[in-house]
Amino acid sequence: MTQARNLGALLLALCALMVAAAVTLPAAADGRVPLPHPAKAYAGQQCVEPVDVMRRFHMQYLMHQRDDTVHGGIRGTKYSLKGCVECHAVASPGVADGKVRTLQPFCKECHSYAAVTIDCFGCHTGAAK
Amino acid sequence: MIDTTSYSTIRGNSTEYFTLLGWLALMVLAGLGASWYMEHNGHWVTGMDNQVVWGTPHVFAVFLVVAASGALNVASIASVFGKTEYKPLSRLSALLALALLAGGLAVLVLDLGRPDRLIVAMTTYNFKSIFAWNIYLYTGFFAVVGVYLWLMMDRPLAKFSKGAGTFAFLWRLILTTGTGSIFGFLVARQAYDAAIMAPMFVILSFAYGMAFFLLVLLALYRWTGRPLGDFLVGRLRNLLRLFVAASFYFVLVYHLTNLYGTENHGVERFLLLDGGVITALFWVGQVLVGYLAPMALLYHPATRESRANVVLASILVVLGGVAQMYVTIVGGQAYPLNLFPGYEASSSFFDGAITAYAPSVPEIALGLSGVAMALAIVTVALKVLPFAAEDLSDARMDPNSAAKAE
Amino acid sequence: MSAPASDPRFESARRRFLQGAAALAAVTLAPGVTLLAPRAAGAAASDKVRWAMLIDTTKCDAGCDHCVTACRDENGWTGHDRARTDPHWIRKVDLRDRATGATHSLPVMCQHCETPPCVDVCPTGASFKRADGIVLVDKHICIGCRYCMMACPYKARSFVHEDVTGQKPHAPRGKGTVESCTFCVHRVDAGQQPACVVACAEKAGQGAMVFGDLNDPNSEIAKAAGRHVTNRIRADLGLNQGVLYHGL
Repeated sequence: MTQARNLGALLLALCALMVAAAVTLPAAADGRVPLPHPAKAYAGQQCVEPVDVMRRFHMQYLMHQRDDTVHGGIRGTKYSLKGCVECHAVASPGVADGKVRTLQPFCKECHSYAAVTIDCFGCHTGAAK
Repeated sequence: MIDTTSYSTIRGNSTEYFTLLGWLALMVLAGLGASWYMEHNGHWVTGMDNQVVWGTPHVFAVFLVVAASGALNVASIASVFGKTEYKPLSRLSALLALALLAGGLAVLVLDLGRPDRLIVAMTTYNFKSIFAWNIYLYTGFFAVVGVYLWLMMDRPLAKFSKGAGTFAFLWRLILTTGTGSIFGFLVARQAYDAAIMAPMFVILSFAYGMAFFLLVLLALYRWTGRPLGDFLVGRLRNLLRLFVAASFYFVLVYHLTNLYGTENHGVERFLLLDGGVITALFWVGQVLVGYLAPMALLYHPATRESRANVVLASILVVLGGVAQMYVTIVGGQAYPLNLFPGYEASSSFFDGAITAYAPSVPEIALGLSGVAMALAIVTVALKVLPFAAEDLSDARMDPNSAAKAE
Repeated sequence: MSAPASDPRFESARRRFLQGAAALAAVTLAPGVTLLAPRAAGAAASDKVRWAMLIDTTKCDAGCDHCVTACRDENGWTGHDRARTDPHWIRKVDLRDRATGATHSLPVMCQHCETPPCVDVCPTGASFKRADGIVLVDKHICIGCRYCMMACPYKARSFVHEDVTGQKPHAPRGKGTVESCTFCVHRVDAGQQPACVVACAEKAGQGAMVFGDLNDPNSEIAKAAGRHVTNRIRADLGLNQGVLYHGL
C-alpha cells in the first residue's frame, strides 16, 4: 500500500520536476505555450518550505499529511491543504464574480501547463473563509 | 492420446460477419456512452439509490462473471476428467470463459463511483475484503486460463495442458465460491448471509456457462457451415439439463432453509409472494423460464432431440439466469434491513419501507454492453487464432458412429 | 520531511491553542456538553480512547430533529430534494412496538462498530476504523463500489449521487464516493463535542445524547453507561458498536 503510494508520489514528483524546470527556465521562443505565472501568496508570508522545494514536492507533502491526518488522526501539522487555501486562494473573475478567493486558479496555472489533473477539488472546497 | 483434431480460424470476411460485429460494437459503444452519462451526472440519473445500491449493471456483471467460470467447464471435463470427446471444444470453452469474464468485469468497473481510480483498486488492498480477493481471483483467472489456452494450442506443449487444466478448474471453483461469498458473507441482509450462496453460485455457473457455450457453439458451426454432429450436442444437452436441475435443487434448499427460521418469513414472503416485480421475476423468470421450461424441453423425449429446442432451452436458461441475478441482487436489497425486530419502523430514509427499484435505460445499456463485449471478443478472436475445430461431425466424434449413434 | 515542531509559527499557534483549551477543559456548557480534552498538534489518535455516544431515547421527542439539522449544517450534506438519492448521515427513526403499540423515536447514524462489517468488506481499505474507534471513509481511495453499503446493518452510509459544491473545509465530500457520520471527528480532535450532541442539549434542551471516552471511568458517558441499562441496535450481530441506546 505505501509502496504503491510512493510510486505514485514519485511519478507526481517527476511531473512536478518538469513543471519546476519550466517555471524557472527563461521563457521559450515565441509561439510556445505561455509559461505559468502563479499569483503571489495572498498573505505574502514565507511558505512552509522554500519555493523551489514546494514546487517540486508539494504533492508529496500533501499526500503524506493526508494519510497521516485521515487515518492517524494527526492534526495541526504544517502541510495542510487548508494552509494552502489560506495563503494562495485568489479572487478570480471566473469564480463568483471575483467575490470569493479560491485556490483553484493558483493551482491551475502550473497544472494546466503541465497537463496534470488535480483531484483535490472534487471533494475539498478551495474557497477561503 | 494424441489430439488429431485440426483447428482453423474462421474466414470472417462475409457481410454477415461484419454486420454481427457492427451490432456488437454499437452495443458496446452504447454501454460506454451510458457509463459516461452516469459518471458525468452522478448515479442519481440511474434507478439505483441509497436503498438499492447495486442495480442492473451488477445483475449483468455478476451473471457474466458466474457464466464465465461455467463456460470453462467443457474444457475441464476434457482435461481434468479425461473425457476426450470434449477435447476439441476445449479451446472455444476457454476463450468464451475469458471473454465473458472480461465483459462482466468491464460492466462492474464502469459502474464504480470513481472508475478513474481503478488503479487504486489494483494497488491498495484490504485483504479481509472478498472484493479484494476477487480482484486477484479474476485477474488470476485471465492468467491461468490464458496459459492453459497457450498450452493447449502449442502442440509440443500440449502434454502439460492436463496439469494447467486441473489448475484452471480448481481456480474457477474458488473464483465462483468467491463470487457467491460476496453475498453469502453479508450478515446484515436476510436474503444473503447464507453459506449455501457459495456452492449455489458454483452450480449456477455450470448451468449459465453451459447454456452460453451451447449458444455460441451452435451459432458458430451453423454460421460457418462447419459440421457439428448430434453426438456432441446431445452430450452437452444432457449436461445442461442436469446442471439446470441441480440449480433448481439448490434454490429450493436455499429458500426452504430461509423459511425454517421465522425471523426470515418477512423477506421470504416478499420474494415469493407479494414482492410485485421481484416475485413475478422469481416465479416466471427464474423458476418457469430458467428451470422448468428448459428441463421440460431437454428431458422430454418428444422435444429433446431437436436442435432448435436445445437453442431455445439455452436461451431460456440465460434469461432465467439474468432474472435470478435480479431477484438475488435487487430483491435482496429492496427488502428493508430489520434494525429493530418487533417494531414497525419509519423514517425519512425509508426505514421499514420496501424500495421500488426500476432499472434506467443507461443501466440496461451498460449491462447489455458487457454481453456484447464478450461476444465481440469471441467473434474477433475466432478470426485471429484457431480456436474452433474444423470437424465435429458424428463420424469423427462418436465412438459408436459406425455401429449406430446412441 | 522536517518535523512540524521545527516551524516556530506553528509552535506558537499550537501553544496558544493548548493553553486556551486547557483553561476551558473543565467547563460544562450545558447538560451533556462538556468539552473534551483536545489532542496536541502532531499527536495521533490513541487506542487508549474509545469514543462513544449514549442516546437516551426516553428523552428523545418524535417531532424533534435538531440533531439532524445540526449535523447537516455542520457537515454540509445538503441534498437536492431527491429523497431516494439524497445523503443521510443521521436520521430520526420512529418505532412502534407491534405487540404493545408503544412508540419510540431515536436518531440513527453510523454506529462506529468495534468490528465494523463495512471495514471488512472494503476492497481498498478506504473504509477504516481509527485507533480511537471512529469509523471513517478515506474518500481519497474510495472507488465507489458501495460494498460497504451492502454490508452495513444500520443503513448508515450514503453514496454521493451527484456533484457537490460549497463543501465545508473540515468535511470534504464529493461525487462517486461513500460517506457517513464521522462522530464530527474534526470537532472531537479539537476538543469539542459532536454537533448533534450540542444541538440536542442546547437547541432541543434535552441532553438526550452524551458523548465521550468510554474507556475513561470518570467520563460522563462511562458513568451514565454504568447507571443505565443500555442496548445496542442489533446486538445479536456482536459488533460492539460505539453508539449505545437507553430506553429501547
